[in-house]
Amino acid sequence: MLDIRNLHASVDGKPILRGLDLHVGTGEVHAIMGPNGSGKSTLAQVLAGRDSFTVDDGSVSWDGVDLLAMPTEERARAGLFLAFQYPVEIPGVSNAYFLKAAVNAVRRHRGEPEYDAMDFLKRVKAEMKAVDMREEFLYRSVNEGFSGGEKKRNEVLQMALLEPRLAVLDETDSGLDIDALRTVADGVNRLRSPERSMIVITHYQRLLDYIVPDQVHVLSHGRIVRSGGRELAHELEERGYGWIDEAQATLAQGAAS
Amino acid sequence: MNAPTKPIEAFLDREYPAGFVTALEADALPKGLSEDVIRRISEKKGEPEWLLEWRLESYRRWLTMTPPGWAQVSFPPIDYQDIVYYSAPRRKADAPKSLDEVDPELLRTYEKLGVPLHERARLAGVAVDAVFDSVSVATTFKKQLGEHGIVFCSFSEAVKEHPELVRQYLGTVVPQGDNFYAALNSAVFSDGSFVYIPKGVRCPMDLSTYFRINARDTGQFERTLIIADEGATVSYLEGCTAPMRDENQLHAAVVELVALEGAHIKYSTVQNWYPGDKDGKGGIYNFVTKRGDCRGARSHISWTQVETGSAITWKYPSVLLRGDDSVGEFYSVALTNHRQQADTGSKMIHFGRNTKSTIISKGISAGHGSNTFRGLVKVTPKALGARNYTQCDSLLIGGQCAAHTFPTIEVRHPSARVEHEATTSRIGEDQLFYAMQRGLTAEDAVSMIVSGFCKEVFKELPMEFAVEAQKLLGVSLEGSVG
Ligand SMILES: Nc1ncnc2c1ncn2[C@@H]1O[C@H](COP(=O)(O)OP(=O)(O)OP(=O)(O)O)[C@@H](O)[C@H]1O
Ligand SMILES: [Mg+2]
Repeated sequence: MLDIRNLHASVDGKPILRGLDLHVGTGEVHAIMGPNGSGKSTLAQVLAGRDSFTVDDGSVSWDGVDLLAMPTEERARAGLFLAFQYPVEIPGVSNAYFLKAAVNAVRRHRGEPEYDAMDFLKRVKAEMKAVDMREEFLYRSVNEGFSGGEKKRNEVLQMALLEPRLAVLDETDSGLDIDALRTVADGVNRLRSPERSMIVITHYQRLLDYIVPDQVHVLSHGRIVRSGGRELAHELEERGYGWIDEAQATLAQGAAS
Repeated sequence: MNAPTKPIEAFLDREYPAGFVTALEADALPKGLSEDVIRRISEKKGEPEWLLEWRLESYRRWLTMTPPGWAQVSFPPIDYQDIVYYSAPRRKADAPKSLDEVDPELLRTYEKLGVPLHERARLAGVAVDAVFDSVSVATTFKKQLGEHGIVFCSFSEAVKEHPELVRQYLGTVVPQGDNFYAALNSAVFSDGSFVYIPKGVRCPMDLSTYFRINARDTGQFERTLIIADEGATVSYLEGCTAPMRDENQLHAAVVELVALEGAHIKYSTVQNWYPGDKDGKGGIYNFVTKRGDCRGARSHISWTQVETGSAITWKYPSVLLRGDDSVGEFYSVALTNHRQQADTGSKMIHFGRNTKSTIISKGISAGHGSNTFRGLVKVTPKALGARNYTQCDSLLIGGQCAAHTFPTIEVRHPSARVEHEATTSRIGEDQLFYAMQRGLTAEDAVSMIVSGFCKEVFKELPMEFAVEAQKLLGVSLEGSVG
């Protein structure tokens, strides 16, 4: 259970999240939509613990634990995974080496035996097949020179290997062709389980045809301004975000008078 | 995004782990340099007259010289009268004949440094010639090497046992008056290693020397001479550490390599002399002249160095490619942190036909460190078909460090092919965040990136040394699946 209350976060003194509330139950999949620049990636990175963002107010409780008090890598080891909107390139470090180090860091934390090279290769190759990645990607530097779609698949691969309890996917569908979209969605659906929660950030309701969410939220100007079932996604696709902002303005006016 | 993040700082602030002092009585000459001091050094070592003359001649040359001013380093002038030029651990009248006779305190020092002689000797099959301050204290595996006719001993011993070899080759690669520091070394050198591999012999194990500066105010002036006769092959490892002290210590070594026809010498160094503290106090001044001479056709000399230490490093391992079809290589990782300054690089001088050289330099700058690469590739008028490839990469960690590159290329033959590539990159906060989001610590992440950056050089190191270099850089080496 993830419980975000009144979250305020800023970067360089500029407020971005302004009182965000969100509750994601264990085993649930929530979609977050919203206009460019509304704060979706900021939310994802604040949850993951990027220290260039400052949390000014509010709380995040994750299964009763104060998430914001945990160091970045501890959150990851405890099972929080972020699929980046813009996966980062790490030249000179092979993908295989990086993945193995990450998987073993998490396994150590869980008290599971670390994979040796053989076990790891077996496991990673199986997962790569599932996301339709060729083996050569193991031996290339992390994300370096990967195409947009290849980077996204690499994120899904990492998610599958790390078996998170809470996965945040930040526009993992952007820039994917139709087949890739299906592969990625399959990857996500395979991980769906009663113990696992997911937050799927997307601009396209198309993805939600494959990954059917329990709830859909609209994030605007740093807050969740509307929540609903999956029909909300269809509504957004048809009408855009303008009507929500208008509704907001009316609401705000009402509150002011 | 370029601001140094907290984890990077914590990583860079770790203390120097080899900075302890060993309590040993020393037999030392008083501070200062004069003809008289040189005579006494020579006398203490029981040297022949010709060597004393050679030293005195070097000294007289040195008196007329001035320190080079062109390097990208700055430090207050050194008072050469304030240095002790000879210091030896005091011990029983005779030199130890086996490890059991070596002062246990000394052996513990090496163990702390991670060089347990017994272990190393037995498990790894490495012969270790350990130089403690000025005198070589233990040589292992000598017998086994002797069976192949290989000479591996301290320089002083070589002067006694193989004077003809020493006399034939000493100063033939780095002449006495080559530069200010080389002249000083030629005058006062105390000890070092000597290697001779006879014709056609492939040395059956890596030869390894650990240097350590212990006594206070001691300058260390080793002299190393390695000769690979026709068709011989040898791999030589040099590792260095020095204790932590507030004063700066001077280290001016000379290394000469001679490769005759078809010979192959691989010289690897892992150097972590004490770099000084965070504010630049103390540390070793490392002014070293290292040069290899590919004297015969098809000879091959390769320098590999990992430099993490010294307050100031001034060092340009070079190769003179005289023999036709000879090959010179230089692979280097130099890390500067805090206030460290490194001015290093390589010179490849092509004389012979179809000679080939490669320079791969990886500079890592962190904190306020300054890293300068200086390369000289010279193709002389007779060097038909000479080829050089130079690659020089800089990695910056944090926002206050600096990297400079000064490649010089002089080509006097139209058939020469000389290529130069250079890159500069920076470890970004985004990379660290990405790695930490996958459960790695910032330290692991930095190590991983640094190790990836150095990969091309590490793969040139002998396996054992690669592990050590990895520990030194605090990196986890990319391994089995990479
Ligand atoms: N490091 C930063 N410095 C300054 N402004 C930032 C920084 N990071 C984010 N912002 C700003 O915060 C706002 C929210 O950005 P965020 O990336 O969270 O948007 P988003 O909802 O993910 O948008 P998109 O749909 O385009 O991905 C934007 O106006 C952005 O410019
Ligand atoms: Mg975004």
